[in-house]
Amino acid sequence: MLELAIKGSKRYYGWMAVLLGLAGIGFLVYLKQLDFGLGITGMNRDVTWGFYIANFTFLVGVAAGGVMVVLPYYLHDYKAYGKVTILGEFLAIASVVMCITFILVDLGQPMRVMNVLLYPTPNSVLFWDTIVLNGYLFLNLIIGWNVLEAERQGVHYQSWLKPLIYISIPWAVSIHTVTAYLYCGLPGRGFWLTAILAPRFLSSAFASGPALLILLCLVIRRVTNYDPGWKQIQSLAVTVAYAICINVFFLLCEVFVAFYSQIPEHMDHLKYLFVGLHGHGAYVPWMWASMTLMVIGIILLVNPVTRKNELTLIAACLCVFFGCWIDKGLGMISGGFVPNPLHEVNEYIPTPLEGLITIGVYALGFFVLSILFKIAVSVKEEVRA
Amino acid sequence: MDTSRRRILQLLGLSAAALAAPPVFNALAKEAAAPAAEPKIGPGNEALKAKQWAMVIDTRKFKSEADVEPLVEACHTIHNVPHFDFKRWEIKWLWATEYQHAFSGTTSTRFIPDAVAHRPFLVLCNHCENPPCVRACPTQATFKRESDGIVMMDFHRCIGCRFCMAACPFGARSFNYRDPRPFIKETNQRFPTRMKGVVEKCSFCVERLAEGKMPACVEASGGKLTFGDLFDEGSEVRKLIQTNFTIRRKVNLGTEPSVYYIV
Amino acid sequence: MNDKKWIITGVVVFLLIVLFPFWYNRGKAVPPPEVKLTDKAKAAKECVMSKDYIRAEHMRLLDLWRESVVRQGDRVYTNPKGKEFVMSLSNTCLDCHSNKAEFCDKCHNYASVRPYCWDCHIEPPKEKS
Repeated sequence: MLELAIKGSKRYYGWMAVLLGLAGIGFLVYLKQLDFGLGITGMNRDVTWGFYIANFTFLVGVAAGGVMVVLPYYLHDYKAYGKVTILGEFLAIASVVMCITFILVDLGQPMRVMNVLLYPTPNSVLFWDTIVLNGYLFLNLIIGWNVLEAERQGVHYQSWLKPLIYISIPWAVSIHTVTAYLYCGLPGRGFWLTAILAPRFLSSAFASGPALLILLCLVIRRVTNYDPGWKQIQSLAVTVAYAICINVFFLLCEVFVAFYSQIPEHMDHLKYLFVGLHGHGAYVPWMWASMTLMVIGIILLVNPVTRKNELTLIAACLCVFFGCWIDKGLGMISGGFVPNPLHEVNEYIPTPLEGLITIGVYALGFFVLSILFKIAVSVKEEVRA
Repeated sequence: MDTSRRRILQLLGLSAAALAAPPVFNALAKEAAAPAAEPKIGPGNEALKAKQWAMVIDTRKFKSEADVEPLVEACHTIHNVPHFDFKRWEIKWLWATEYQHAFSGTTSTRFIPDAVAHRPFLVLCNHCENPPCVRACPTQATFKRESDGIVMMDFHRCIGCRFCMAACPFGARSFNYRDPRPFIKETNQRFPTRMKGVVEKCSFCVERLAEGKMPACVEASGGKLTFGDLFDEGSEVRKLIQTNFTIRRKVNLGTEPSVYYIV
Repeated sequence: MNDKKWIITGVVVFLLIVLFPFWYNRGKAVPPPEVKLTDKAKAAKECVMSKDYIRAEHMRLLDLWRESVVRQGDRVYTNPKGKEFVMSLSNTCLDCHSNKAEFCDKCHNYASVRPYCWDCHIEPPKEKS
């Protein structure tokens, strides 16, 4: 089926060339990072995880969001989603590829990464994260590929895929729970030490993943002959609406707990993010932008008129996606590290080189996504012909 | 193609023989090259031993930066800790800070005597009995040594993921954001440097303990710091803890730090 | 089969690339290097283990030393002949073999081996012979 990705329109080739170019630039800057060290980023002694890990955390959510189409279709026989499950699975693959790449570029000694497997450490959440992320990648690859291949041949997919599909559903939940567990089990980080972190990760995942999927479906409608279906897009939009409401509700729960209890250690991180602390407030406009975007997203998605209008739907999905990206990405990371365990403030701002590598990784992810979507859409077009 | 059952069994038998041949051959060959005696590995005769190393810092004896500097110098010099002017890349194993920072979250400086509010409090890795950094490390590059309770760094294994730095509730760890060598003022030839991309922290001077010496900061402190076995009832540190009021950092987190402060 | 010429061209190009080291370096075989011992090493007569063992297994021995020192806290190695050594690359091995460029590097460069031990473990100062 890969041959379907090699042939395309001039626009397709142009798009792939741009992505490869960006990925290439990112790679060259990464070589500089390998040579110099992680000092080319803006990270410091206090904020030791930055833009790379922020994007990793967010993208694990997007990958898990794929379960929002798989679950209704395979578990509850919601036949309409049959047109988009493959897109959800392929989006998950591309997202996990980006996640793994972000982790690799964030490592100080990446050539030693096999140590995680050579010296398995079951008490370390990072060990489990490696296992579940790679497992999810393989699950989706095997399931997506075989189901699509079967569709192309006009037969039912092999029966041994069914248990794998069923496993992939709790597995999707697990990848994001394990990622949340990276943060919420650390005793010294009050901002993350909350039971609601994992539920919050899942809610923002189920908002941002399907939001991106909606946008991708609308793009596919525009540039190919395949129509994923307006009914399907509307169902996804309802999912996003519920999920983003729950996400904002969880956030408000956090705010209540911190500020009603008046415990300084809990309030300080939120204060740093939303009003600044000890004269440092670089994140304040970003956090308020994130809140505004998420609220606009809620309004546009809950209101049926704006949800059913394509333009406002696009705006809503963009708002939800970027709102969640800021809140769950750098907002969560920096908020956890600042102030540090000694209550000092040392801010973290990403550097341009860091940004170039990040763009390179996203380009790589979208390259993989484009190949996979090209294959899926070509097969669907073929079958419908 | 002749694919009878006999053929397949013949092939299987041949493959099994081929796979079994090298180990059998090696086993037979080994007999000829048996070594004379087995090499032995052990601690040196002068090595100091303890079940859990601990430190007691008598903060009353520290009046100003001048009391702290020689200790930090001693530690950072013999361990080739680099000095960066650029604060983002700062590496420190031992340093002094104010009371409200050393014990942040568990104390306040309101209405306390000025002398305490401005007293320098040394902070370093606490070599906890229940270390969250060890729980976090995915490769056991940081681990708690069973022999003496020291939370060690294995720089050979560290992949630089910095999960341990996120896990440490005391901010005791530093990361090498770039090659430290150009920034080491005076290289101690007898101790390695680190390379870029690994995490480092105080090691309770394991290399000095192995030679029967006290940690560098303890030696340089002239009695302000005491070091010994927490689980040895007769040790100096136990006596000090029993006869003075001591506090530790963030005890409520349950990490059981091994650094005690006499206030 | 009108792809024949492409296939043959491809195979020829592949062979040229893969056999590059052989045909490019024909006639330029370099003899194995002679390593120089320092006076101290010559006086010691024998290394930690026998010369043959060390030549083949020094990296394995160093790995054992590393595990023992860092992870177990044991610093003293008694070789089969009963001689004791402090397990340290910089302070024991390089104490005798302080001429790294003429000893260690000679064979490592020849075999194109680049151990990264020296990123951390300090090489003896170059002034020593």
